[in-house]
Amino acid sequence: MNYLIIGNSSAAIGAVEGIRQVDSTNPITIISDEPHHTYGRPLISYWLEGKLSDEKMFYRPQNFYEKNNCKLLLGTKVTAIDIEAQVVQLQDTSFIEYDKLLIATGSRPLMPPVPGLEQVKNKFSFMTYDDAKAIKAILKPDSKVLIIGAGLIGLKAAEGITKTTSDITVVDLADRILPSILDSEAAQIIQKHMEQKDIRFILNNRVDSFSSDTATLSSGETLDFDLVIVAVGVRPNVELAKEAGLAVNRGILLDESCKTSDANIYAAGDCTESMDITTGEQKILALLPNAYMQGEVAGICMAGGQKTYTHAIPMNAIGFFGLHMITAGTYDGEAVVTHSNESFKKLVFKDNVLKGYMMIGDVKRAGIYTSLIKEQVSVSKLDLELLHSKPQMMLFDKARRLEKLGGVHNEN
Amino acid sequence: MKKVYVNEDWCLGCHLCEYYCSFANSGESNMIKAFNKGKKTTPRIVVEEGSAINFAVQCRHCDDPLCVKGCISGALSIQNGIILVDDTKCVGCYTCVLSCPYGCIVTDHEKVIKKCDLCASNSGTPACVQGCPNAAIVFEERS
Repeated sequence: MNYLIIGNSSAAIGAVEGIRQVDSTNPITIISDEPHHTYGRPLISYWLEGKLSDEKMFYRPQNFYEKNNCKLLLGTKVTAIDIEAQVVQLQDTSFIEYDKLLIATGSRPLMPPVPGLEQVKNKFSFMTYDDAKAIKAILKPDSKVLIIGAGLIGLKAAEGITKTTSDITVVDLADRILPSILDSEAAQIIQKHMEQKDIRFILNNRVDSFSSDTATLSSGETLDFDLVIVAVGVRPNVELAKEAGLAVNRGILLDESCKTSDANIYAAGDCTESMDITTGEQKILALLPNAYMQGEVAGICMAGGQKTYTHAIPMNAIGFFGLHMITAGTYDGEAVVTHSNESFKKLVFKDNVLKGYMMIGDVKRAGIYTSLIKEQVSVSKLDLELLHSKPQMMLFDKARRLEKLGGVHNEN
Repeated sequence: MKKVYVNEDWCLGCHLCEYYCSFANSGESNMIKAFNKGKKTTPRIVVEEGSAINFAVQCRHCDDPLCVKGCISGALSIQNGIILVDDTKCVGCYTCVLSCPYGCIVTDHEKVIKKCDLCASNSGTPACVQGCPNAAIVFEERS
């Protein structure tokens, strides 16, 4: 058995760890177009901020590949997959054979077709370690920075550079920041907090055109900048899978074992679609935990074991300047909103189950809510008063609690 | 593997386990010093109090831990069955808080995150178990 993995981030590492749960010996080859030992992709903003050194960027220890009998081909691009011959072709036209292949090619930043963007010399994405390094290399204390996109990536980039420069403007087409995870009320709380840290927001607006150092907004306003960070979204890297003839929608389509439409090929991470159990819809859930867990399931199944991935939901934990938020699920349903001190909480119920939540400030024990969503626990079985007040194990009945917490040791 | 379990019928809700946990993680050799001037550190075990029932909850050291799988930095890992956090790698994103179905990742202003390590740095029985006056918290092997 000969395993081949395209990609070297969370989904790929999950697959290595999955394979090794079942098969401790057969060789694994990992091909990555990036030149680095596996690193925590979301750590790049912390690195840029100076909170993490290079050596702490690594997602797994230095001896990870050696310990797991992995051959690593870094800085190498796969150009094609031949599913009949079971080989992949590399940039240098050489071939590598596989018995089981994992496609963990991730996603790439979307570049909006704005006139003039191509002539902006200092434009960056914020997806890779090298992106962060490139920004750090030219960022100066008086740099004027324009960030296009007030999503998770754009705002983390903003936080990452505030210690260096204070001239940061974020522009987004949406009427609020973090539109994919927050409603208007919650977004306001985070926006105010970030504005206190001197980050300027221009919402309901877009850049209509760029010159080499100015951006003209649809409102007519012109902004000067020294560098632009483009963070308007990501696009899944599905071309290899598509050209090989695998079933691809927006992302690569998988069964519950994370297998593609070809019996020898699995896929995981940002390049795939998952079933969001809160809506029953297939969608791309470009989240690190999702990537790892899909990768692990794929790895176990590639090695002949059995495991399924069936409890996917959108979920995010993120913080800006010390203010934390945790969100999960979807928000279509009946909402219960509570405010206290500097905290905000919204629980959304539909069809007698918890479908989603947002917590800002006090996020203690949020995972208990996450588990209610993932397990689709009927709220009629729960103590509603306790459920609304705070996440706690007490809200389950005794039998469920004992089952969850390990049962009571019976002396008899 | 031995883990900590709580018999909720015996738990008095006295919170002594929280104090023993704080003490064990204070780095002090004596309890008076550890709690001097009200500087009790946040415990890694939490007592839930109800009208008729109380119980303490701490990390279950799951075999299939969602906190470790979701960790964005590789700070959480399983070492000999015990789930540990490497403080020097953790950035405090709280993805583990989002993931833990038992609510057992503790957050405060003292550290990026805290969690029970079964008193791994000491040997023998965890401090919460040793300190429980009613033997409601036990350290034992269960299937």
